[in-house]
Amino acid sequence: MKLAIKLAFKNLIGAGLRTWLNVIVLSFSFVIIIVVKGFLVGWDRQARNDMTAWEIGNGQYWHENYDPYDAFSLEESHAQIPPEFTPEIEQGNMVPVLIIRGTIYPRGMMQPVLIKGIDPRQKLLELPAHKLDTTVGAIPAVIGSNMARANKLEKGDYVTIRWRDVNGTFDAAEICITDIFSTNVPTVDAGQVWIPLDSLQSMLLMPGEATTLTFLDKEKSREETGEWKLMSYEALVSDIEEMIKTKSVGQSIFYVILLILALLAIFDTQVLSIFRRQKEIGTYVALGYTRGEVVGLFTVEGAMHAILAVFVGAIYGIPFLIWFAKKGISLGLSSSDYGFTIADTMYPAYSAALIIGTTTLVLLATTIVSYWPSRKIAKMNPTEALRGKLQ
Amino acid sequence: MHDNLIIKTERLTKRFPMGKSEFTALKGIDLKLGVGEFTGLIGPSGSGKTTLLNIIGSLDIPSEGKAVVLGQSVGNLNAREAARLRKESLGFIFQTYNLLQVHTVYENVELPLLLLKYGSGERKKMVQDALEWVGLTDKIKQKPPQLSGGECQRVAIARAMVKKPSLVLADEPTANLDAANSHNILQTMEKLNQELKTTFLFATHDEKVIAYLKRKIYLRDGMIDKIEPIADDK
Repeated sequence: MKLAIKLAFKNLIGAGLRTWLNVIVLSFSFVIIIVVKGFLVGWDRQARNDMTAWEIGNGQYWHENYDPYDAFSLEESHAQIPPEFTPEIEQGNMVPVLIIRGTIYPRGMMQPVLIKGIDPRQKLLELPAHKLDTTVGAIPAVIGSNMARANKLEKGDYVTIRWRDVNGTFDAAEICITDIFSTNVPTVDAGQVWIPLDSLQSMLLMPGEATTLTFLDKEKSREETGEWKLMSYEALVSDIEEMIKTKSVGQSIFYVILLILALLAIFDTQVLSIFRRQKEIGTYVALGYTRGEVVGLFTVEGAMHAILAVFVGAIYGIPFLIWFAKKGISLGLSSSDYGFTIADTMYPAYSAALIIGTTTLVLLATTIVSYWPSRKIAKMNPTEALRGKLQ
Repeated sequence: MHDNLIIKTERLTKRFPMGKSEFTALKGIDLKLGVGEFTGLIGPSGSGKTTLLNIIGSLDIPSEGKAVVLGQSVGNLNAREAARLRKESLGFIFQTYNLLQVHTVYENVELPLLLLKYGSGERKKMVQDALEWVGLTDKIKQKPPQLSGGECQRVAIARAMVKKPSLVLADEPTANLDAANSHNILQTMEKLNQELKTTFLFATHDEKVIAYLKRKIYLRDGMIDKIEPIADDK
């Protein structure tokens, strides 16, 4: 094996430009696969962090009727906050949120919205709820930048909202936009108006009620209680994970095509080598190699493209990956356009598993592609090969 | 004359498929070769000399009959045993040199020793000796494309001789060389035959080679036409 590696290395280097072209193309595949996968890992990580910070904390209790994908469920999705949660809420480790359907009338237009009530003193979520703790001539409200942009609202604007209370009676009031926040989490931004919890509870005639309870302590043993079902952190991020998995399949197609192109070049080189180097193959046999050993030598030679590609890829790939991880990439996308959590600037994240996994994948694929044409050597007649006669 | 037989063939026949029929390249060859001989298989193209050389070199197997080389029946060897016979005991010299183009002279000559797993110090000395035999110690770092035809063939001789094989098989070794280079490499091989007692078997129709041979086996249409006695016996 040591001899095969030595000979293969020598043969590859001796082949000059052909080898380096293959190696460079293969190294591109390496680096791009790592970048693309790193991008998805980074996205996943950022999405989790943002969702944790802005919306889900380390888990939630949902009213048993609450379905975030069914706005009509909101009429029936509220209940008294269980008294056993009071200490946690008072310590600031749990945040109740009351959610109801409503309508906003910006500049004479009518837009359906979700009106969400939150305690202005809460610090568990990134949402700037403290901006609700102010006195203005209307109900203070904060909205996200996407909501503001979509409805042409600005800080200080007064706008009418309408809702139905617990008895089904329509009512309306003025709100004043006290702050516009920027977030990557569309589910706290798009089509949503945040007002103080107390105000919303009295508007709806639902004192002490909430729709969700977001908690901080993940380790605490929790159980479902009364009308409240426990939603674990994992369950809450499952949607984004599913979406990233779907995205990952799409991205995989892209780098599989890239890898196939690189492997095709190696396959072609191997086929060409076996035809052009028949005399050399015959010479190895005459010197005492078995045909199996010659097949091994040519397979190692092909597989070594991947090893060289690792080194070549490392030369330009490592600085590039480090720079890319620091600088990130601005996709120019808005999370509200997509309905899922996506940051303005994405920072790829590379793990050892990702790099080792990609290296192993490319090495295995290259070895298989190299072995395939090399099998032909086993069927070669060495006396014909020695004469360089095409077989 | 043949106290120590190195090659013995009995009714050796080789047939090759040719479309739906067969072509018989060797027809019942009976041959004996002793240790230290400097012998040639002589005949025109198609007489079967290369086929006989290939079978003796365990690169091919007989269709019928027997070829015993260094006590081993070539037809009965499996691929691994045949490879070991070539690796340990046989040296090959080809008409087109068959050197590895991307390797240096030193690396080409070293290759059989690497296969035999010699240590690096031993390898270095053996390669040095082999290159001295052929007078190429000043070219060790050069690669075959930088050498003349005569020099390439001398590298091939050094590669065949470096492991001091019992038998060297040379197939038309001078076919691509001019007269001066042909004589030069033939003198080298003759010297190695005498000094190292290595047996040489040539396949040739080159008069320059024939002039050096101690014994001549003439082949015609796959059969032995005549054998001329050892030159010393004349």
